[in-house]
Amino acid sequence: MSIQKKLAAAAGLAGLAISAAAFGHPESSLNLPVGVTPISQQAHYLHMLTLWVCVGIAVVVFGAMIYSMVKFRKSQGAVADTSIVHSTKAEIIWTIIPVIILVALAVPATKGLVIIEDTRNSGLTVKATGYQWKWQYEYLSQNDGKTETPISGVSYYSALEENSNFTRQLGSGLDPNQVENYLLDVDHPLIIPSGVKVRLLLTGNDVIHAWWVPQLGMKRDAIPGFVNEMWIQVDEGKEGTYRGQCVELCGRDHGFMPIVVVVKTKQDFAAWLAAQQPAAATATAATTASL
Amino acid sequence: MAHAEAHAHDGHDHDHNHAPAGIGRWLFATNHKDIGTMYLVFALIMFFIGGAMAMVIRLELFKPGLQFVDPSFFNSMTTMHALVMIFGGVMPAWTGLANWMIPLQVGAPDMALPRMNNYSFWLLPFAFTLLLMTFFLPGGAPAGGWTLYPPLVLQAGDSFGFTIFAIHMMGISSIMGAINVVVTIMNMRAPGMHLLKMPLFCWTWLITAYLLIATMPVLAGAVTMLLTDHYFGTAFFNPAGGGDPVMFQHIFWFFGHPEVYILILPAFGIVSEVIPTFSRKPLFGYESMVYATGSIAFLSFIVWAHHMFTVGMPLAGQLFFMLSTMLIAVPTGVKVFNWTTTMWRGSISYEPPMLFALAFLFLFTIGGFSGLMLAIAPADFQYHDTYFVVAHFHYVLVPGAVFAIMAGVYYWLPKWTGHMYDLKLATWHFWLSTISVNVLFFPMHFLGLAGMPRRIPDYNVQFADWNMVASIGGFAFGLSQVMFVWIVLKSVRGGGPKASARVWDDTNSEGLEWTVPSPAPFHTFETPPVIK
Repeated sequence: MSIQKKLAAAAGLAGLAISAAAFGHPESSLNLPVGVTPISQQAHYLHMLTLWVCVGIAVVVFGAMIYSMVKFRKSQGAVADTSIVHSTKAEIIWTIIPVIILVALAVPATKGLVIIEDTRNSGLTVKATGYQWKWQYEYLSQNDGKTETPISGVSYYSALEENSNFTRQLGSGLDPNQVENYLLDVDHPLIIPSGVKVRLLLTGNDVIHAWWVPQLGMKRDAIPGFVNEMWIQVDEGKEGTYRGQCVELCGRDHGFMPIVVVVKTKQDFAAWLAAQQPAAATATAATTASL
Repeated sequence: MAHAEAHAHDGHDHDHNHAPAGIGRWLFATNHKDIGTMYLVFALIMFFIGGAMAMVIRLELFKPGLQFVDPSFFNSMTTMHALVMIFGGVMPAWTGLANWMIPLQVGAPDMALPRMNNYSFWLLPFAFTLLLMTFFLPGGAPAGGWTLYPPLVLQAGDSFGFTIFAIHMMGISSIMGAINVVVTIMNMRAPGMHLLKMPLFCWTWLITAYLLIATMPVLAGAVTMLLTDHYFGTAFFNPAGGGDPVMFQHIFWFFGHPEVYILILPAFGIVSEVIPTFSRKPLFGYESMVYATGSIAFLSFIVWAHHMFTVGMPLAGQLFFMLSTMLIAVPTGVKVFNWTTTMWRGSISYEPPMLFALAFLFLFTIGGFSGLMLAIAPADFQYHDTYFVVAHFHYVLVPGAVFAIMAGVYYWLPKWTGHMYDLKLATWHFWLSTISVNVLFFPMHFLGLAGMPRRIPDYNVQFADWNMVASIGGFAFGLSQVMFVWIVLKSVRGGGPKASARVWDDTNSEGLEWTVPSPAPFHTFETPPVIK
């Protein structure tokens, strides 16, 4: 092999290695996040599996193309072998091998889908309603595995936080870099417990919206006249704040109705929920008054 | 494929070259070459209009913050950019190439229905005048996405009726054009031009024509239901009246998915002719390519809901559409392997048509890979409605369909004008376009994976870097296309050396078009050629 070819091959391999390293790192800015739920981790796994399959096929196919483009150049004296016109054997082989690869991808993908669509046995049910242009969250019920306890009176709107809202106005002259979590911050986030299967019911008030937090791994449309459902369960130990956006074009301010989810421990969540409920609040007030 | 014995046309030259004079030549054109030219000129103008809208989009997305346009106008830009590019750019370009080349390639004197051909073309400027004038109506241009989902689309202002009417006109134009293609190919092939001897461009257009006839009426139905919901009190898609917004999506995508194959199949045909020509080797696996194209067309009817994985479909539906979508990778892969094997042990030269065809091969395949990733439904829940999807479809449409159109134009331009164009300039156009198109669209994969949604005019600062890179690529790509106009104009005006009938001497170019003089006379094959 000539020195140029060796250098080219080395450069190609180096490029591939660097991309693989950059891409493969779980928190790389180039790649899908692994996330904090079993669904997000499953999605990441399938994503990487399919990606590496594609890279493998690309290396073979692009390799053959590049080799042909270099080796069989007329300018270097290549003469065409016009007898290579068809091969039934080749057609069969390169039909069957892709089918096998697809089956290998379809099996884990099917398993993943079955798990995603199973919304039974949830511990908490929350309804999210998409409005033009904000979300509304209503806590519906809790389930400890034996009984379903309705929650009443815990419902609020969640809209783009003020700083972001001022900065994003056309010609505001304000700098988005100065706003923390620009366009990804709300006034009243959704609060859920970790380690609990949370069933999210979704509907739309006016047009179709969609609810998505990348780290939680799942999105679903919020459609007027329908109630969709999805589930998320954040791993214990992964408490924190996760941010997402509306992902279905819903009009002028589609880009300005974000989603913020604050994940608390089960105990902290219980305490928060208790403090929200008007009955509890009244009871506390009455108790205080009678002292 | 067939080679024809050259017939002596010389004695009848002045008849063949007599074109009518004045504006009437164009308004009342029935000649397939003139109509083809009009379609191509129209498509080029539309590419620049759609491209200007893309420049507005990339300008606003250059930095975080809203600097230039109101969010509603931004939504109009994304909506109209797509409508103009798909229905005004790519589809008329393919129809223009079909009109020019199908009669020449099958040895027919013209299309089967020349007057209907005229109506098919002139509907388009009328339709696009209607669509583009909505910018000046109260409420502005449509802004609900080119996919027209209700209930959002029903919030449109005065533009709504114009938009629906324009879409109907475009649909009728496509249906009539498709009928013309089918009848021409089935009925007017020269004796001896058996179907399995036809150039692959004719095959892919034949199959595309069937797709058009099957699906454009479905779009017409869907938009008519939108029309009656908006103006006549029906409730097809209004839940308050017992209707179903998701039903629109099913109907739309039943059209929409075959539509994207309508956009790409003729590209497969062009590439299947250019690569063998400049590899000096016949296309590998001709029959396999025909069957693969047919399989893709058939499969395209049973995958539509992969655009709808997040609507809340039952598990069985999601599984079916995921598996059927994955299957389309098989015949598509077969085509890529066949093109690659065509080059294998060939004798390859790198004229502009070949450069664009090879870029197509590489970059369309990348678009195909992201398509396979999108088919995996659990992963799609992370990709859907993000820039990952935008990256995918722009890869298959821009370095896919559009590059194939340019390959076709660079391949056949000397046949149309009689002059070879500036090859060096065209090579510059190629490299500038290829590099900038990747700078523009590759970062969108990263943006989508990082979580940036589609159709938003502003974004969090974490997305700033790649957006800036993409915008720079976009401006460079847009500017590079001015070179294309210059090259084509120069060739039309007569600059450059005269082209022979063969044009690409010392290549493997096959097809009856290379047996007629360059420029092709106004009338060709008035007597059918003899096919060996």
